[in-house]
Amino acid sequence: MSIATQSALETSVPQQEPVRARRRLSRPALVGLYLAGVALGAALSAVTGFAVTSTVVYGVVLATLVVYVATRAVEGRRKAADRLVTCLVTTAFGIAMIPLVSLVYTVLEKGLARFDGAFFSNSMFRVVGEGGGAYHAILGTLVITALATLISVPIGLMTAIYLVEYGSGRLKRAITFFVDVMTGIPSIVAGLFAFALFTLLFGNDVRMGVMGAVALSVLMIPVVVRSCEEVLKLVPNELREASYALGVPKWRTVVKVVLPTAVAGLGTGVTLAVARVVGETAPLLITVGLITSTNLNPFGGRMATLPVFAYYQLTQPGTATQAFLDRAWTAALVLIILVMALNVVARLISRFFAPKTGH
Amino acid sequence: MTATKAPTEPPPQLRTVRRPGDRVFAGGAKGSGIFILLVLAGVAAFLISEAIPALTAPAEDIPDGEGLASYIGPLILGTLLGAVLALLVATPLSVGIALYVTYYAPRRIAAVMGYVIDLLAAIPSVVYGFWGLAVLAPALVPFHVWAADNLSWIPFFAGPASTSGRTMLTVGLVLAVMILPIISAIAREVFSQAPALHREAALALGATRWEMIKIAVLPYGKSGVIAGAMLGLGRALGETMAVAIILSGGAGATVNLISNSNPSTIASNIALRFPEATGLGVNTLIASGLVLFVITLAVNMLARWIVDRRADFSGAN
Repeated sequence: MSIATQSALETSVPQQEPVRARRRLSRPALVGLYLAGVALGAALSAVTGFAVTSTVVYGVVLATLVVYVATRAVEGRRKAADRLVTCLVTTAFGIAMIPLVSLVYTVLEKGLARFDGAFFSNSMFRVVGEGGGAYHAILGTLVITALATLISVPIGLMTAIYLVEYGSGRLKRAITFFVDVMTGIPSIVAGLFAFALFTLLFGNDVRMGVMGAVALSVLMIPVVVRSCEEVLKLVPNELREASYALGVPKWRTVVKVVLPTAVAGLGTGVTLAVARVVGETAPLLITVGLITSTNLNPFGGRMATLPVFAYYQLTQPGTATQAFLDRAWTAALVLIILVMALNVVARLISRFFAPKTGH
Repeated sequence: MTATKAPTEPPPQLRTVRRPGDRVFAGGAKGSGIFILLVLAGVAAFLISEAIPALTAPAEDIPDGEGLASYIGPLILGTLLGAVLALLVATPLSVGIALYVTYYAPRRIAAVMGYVIDLLAAIPSVVYGFWGLAVLAPALVPFHVWAADNLSWIPFFAGPASTSGRTMLTVGLVLAVMILPIISAIAREVFSQAPALHREAALALGATRWEMIKIAVLPYGKSGVIAGAMLGLGRALGETMAVAIILSGGAGATVNLISNSNPSTIASNIALRFPEATGLGVNTLIASGLVLFVITLAVNMLARWIVDRRADFSGAN
């Protein structure tokens, strides 16, 4: 469109032209300028002692400057500002990619050392040096997370149903507001809450898996409420009205019509909520503790969990330091795989269980 | 129409029947909602009840022997220092990322890029701690040295430079990475909701893309960005494991970001000391947790208030 306008300008009034506005830098020229800037940065970095970091930093800064100056000279101030912002915004995205790539690479590189069968089949019972594994910790994480899900989903789902189907007025507003506020509770405070609660109930120095489950539930419930609420709101009102018109009571309408329609979204929301808490460390550190043997009874003393296991392997290595560090990084790798798998499952649920839209 | 409307008074036997199933279900739903409010109140109540022994104890019984205020004071400073540093780094970056994903990235891959940024939020905080300790801290040591040499007239860079990189500066940067996805997710949402008519009008008047964003998108998204930043701040204030792993904390109150002696943060101090704490030590830690709870609650309520106020506004568009 702009090209058409320009050519019209050129043909009709060739004498009184804004010279600058007509000249444009082509895309290859811009890419070339940017690369020239990067090369300049590399040269500068080579002068001051070559390093990858300084090359990238100098390169990006200089390339941005080169593109800005060139555009300013050829196309004018406004276009130059536009190009400058484009460069900055793209760089911002690039900067955010650095930690993600670096983190995944580091965890893979260091974690694959012990990513073997023994890691998944052995506990740390009577292991002081090499060998051992996280069998007990993985199972402990599964038990505690399952228990937390068992507590959170009924409460969270019922609250979402209240907010969408029944709620009105001040109570609804209060619940919505405080559920939002609750999403911001620091995980360590949730852990302290569970600790204080169980200390009052069972006396000092109590450590149980269920304490961790309660702490995780405090973190999980608001996430479940928010996601379920969003999904339930999407259920078309016509379905409810059709059900009422047939004389179905409200609660059966919710159970038999609304929930089945929303089941895909609910599954996705719950899975994402599980993914959010499965890697939580701090609340489990202060409520569940850690043991070296396998304890799967959440009501009987300390349990091992994967994040706490990883933390202690890293921060309190024994004499065979490298073996401890290897186990720590492998535990971190397993944790990331677990979280990513839950995220993928959540996407699959929403794809395969979505309500059929055929009419 | 009029014929069906004729019986204006419904016969008494046709009144809505309140079935027991309905009553139980509605009661259960309402009860769950109220239960959540009770849990939040319970968090405050149980923390207070366990913190009272520390609040009323004589100063010399508190760990470190100088009273509760001088125990928690440096921790509050450390908490705020790390979180504010993270916020200063993360907010401009997040706005840039959000603009890139909403208005600059090629349409076809923009959604994927948003998802990739969201992946940053999925990584457990303990893994961030591992990464910060093993990769970022050593990588930042040269910068620490450079800052101590050239910027030591600023109190934040007074030095001497840490040789391990386990400083408040590193912690602030790791926290910035952790809150990036939170702020940019909200910024992305509000930017993408900027009224299309305003944007197209700006472009039609000959604005460049950046001018269009300056005129139509940023004013509209400003409060959303502020709210997102507040939520990110709340998250950074309460972050525990990454700080506990990276920071070599425990020194008194100092704003020096690059030396080996840093104030610890409330959350990481709890995580580090709680497993071995006994007696009044536990109560003191819970009292510090109460302070953290109050700070994050205030920040989050402010953020939500801003978001809600904005929601009222945007209905007009």
